[in-house]
Amino acid sequence: MATLHLLVVDDEPGIRSGINRILNNYSVGYPFMDEDFDFEITEAGTGEDAIEILNNKTIDVVLLDNKLPGMDGIEVLEHINKQQMDLAVMMITSFASLDLAIKATRNGAYNFMPKPFTPQELRSSIENVAKHLFLKRMTRKMQEEGKQIRFQFLSVLSHELKSPLNAVEGYLKMMQDRQFGDKLDDYEKMIDRSLTRLKGMRNLIMDLLDLTKIESGKKQRRLRDINLAEIARVAMDTLEPLAIQKGVRVSLHCEGNTNMLADSDEMEIVFNNMVSNAVKYNKDGGNVEVKITDKQQALEIIVTDTGIGMSSEDCENIFEDFVRIKSNKTKDITGSGLGLSITKKMIEQYNGSIKVESVPDQGTTFIISLPRN
Amino acid sequence: MSNVKKLVLIADDDSDYLFQMETMIKGIGFDVITAESQAQAEQLLETTKPDLAIFDLMMEQEDSGFILAYKTKRKYPNLPIIIASAATAETGFTFDLYNETDKNWIKADLYLEKGIRADQLHREINKLLKL
Repeated sequence: MATLHLLVVDDEPGIRSGINRILNNYSVGYPFMDEDFDFEITEAGTGEDAIEILNNKTIDVVLLDNKLPGMDGIEVLEHINKQQMDLAVMMITSFASLDLAIKATRNGAYNFMPKPFTPQELRSSIENVAKHLFLKRMTRKMQEEGKQIRFQFLSVLSHELKSPLNAVEGYLKMMQDRQFGDKLDDYEKMIDRSLTRLKGMRNLIMDLLDLTKIESGKKQRRLRDINLAEIARVAMDTLEPLAIQKGVRVSLHCEGNTNMLADSDEMEIVFNNMVSNAVKYNKDGGNVEVKITDKQQALEIIVTDTGIGMSSEDCENIFEDFVRIKSNKTKDITGSGLGLSITKKMIEQYNGSIKVESVPDQGTTFIISLPRN
Repeated sequence: MSNVKKLVLIADDDSDYLFQMETMIKGIGFDVITAESQAQAEQLLETTKPDLAIFDLMMEQEDSGFILAYKTKRKYPNLPIIIASAATAETGFTFDLYNETDKNWIKADLYLEKGIRADQLHREINKLLKL
């Protein structure tokens, strides 16, 4: 249970104690909130007292009478507005002229409640104010977190882009200085490494483009009735050179109708990522099995490899941006660390799911479920 | 200067950068031992006391270099430590992620942007080793 701090500002003690009585033991809850709110009430008889309390205490909601003995309600409202206090104000007033209403609304009053009011009217007004406040705070929190995530993403990205640049630049300088003599042959390993790093950088940029397409949502999705088995075969053909290099055998098994409504470019990205991971992180001479099964409401795609596998801890993080498993077994394998996060985001756009099971040194299985509608 | 070469420990998970740094530092007249991870560097430091250490910032963790620096200083308080990072100094990206309290326990003697020239690095190392 969370508590909202309510300040009642009214010069009539009867109104204050009435509100106290009505809201005592009252709580509000919404399906989208984790917990219910109850109320703790503070009372003020004048505008001056109210400002004193507002400056020294955390208040979430103010019930504010306009007609007060000294400074009036509008002035209290102006103070709240000027200090940019994070709270919601509801005006209670018996004579709400249009003029006052406009002035109050301009100063950020959330709502008006005419006097006299019934207990039910008070409770439902309070319920609305609490909901409004909760949503306002939630929205702001989410925006702040969004910015934070963006920032971390950029900081890691700049690192991932600069590392290959540094490596290539370093090798070029070594060659420029003729550090290992004048014969080009003696620099062969460095040239190979430079080309490998540049290729990695190119892949990262390609992956980033895929990611941008998902995140901007600008790309028009062309949903057509397509056969996933065909897409899988295209991916397998694309990756054949890599598979031959590693002596990995890739096979495809289909059961039932493998058609569904989807964007073929997007499905190609999914299959490319899944199959290339299964080949890259495999042992030399290993196997990859791609299985597509018709589950009526959904299509199930299972990609199993006989590769290096990973720990259950690694399995939990592997879908995050830029997460790569760093170990002796993976240090010569290039990757952007974005493939699986892209795949997961793509699948989620289809309301699908992806999970992973893995045994170190034995292999990994990815299980994707794509709903048909 | 004595005839015994000073020993520099370099930890970096980028094998290309590690090789280049190793070549560069050997070239300016030091002995070098290398580690490809924070864990490996910690292992080496158990048995070996280098004269100076250069740590990459992002290895297993995004702040591996800081953690290594902290642990190393606890074991060898007088060992000079350089943290080298590819994080962009211009934008201040990575370092801004750490607040003042964090900075207090980061005990590196020098931060370097990766891609430093050999003569600059030589000068910085000599300064730290008081050569």
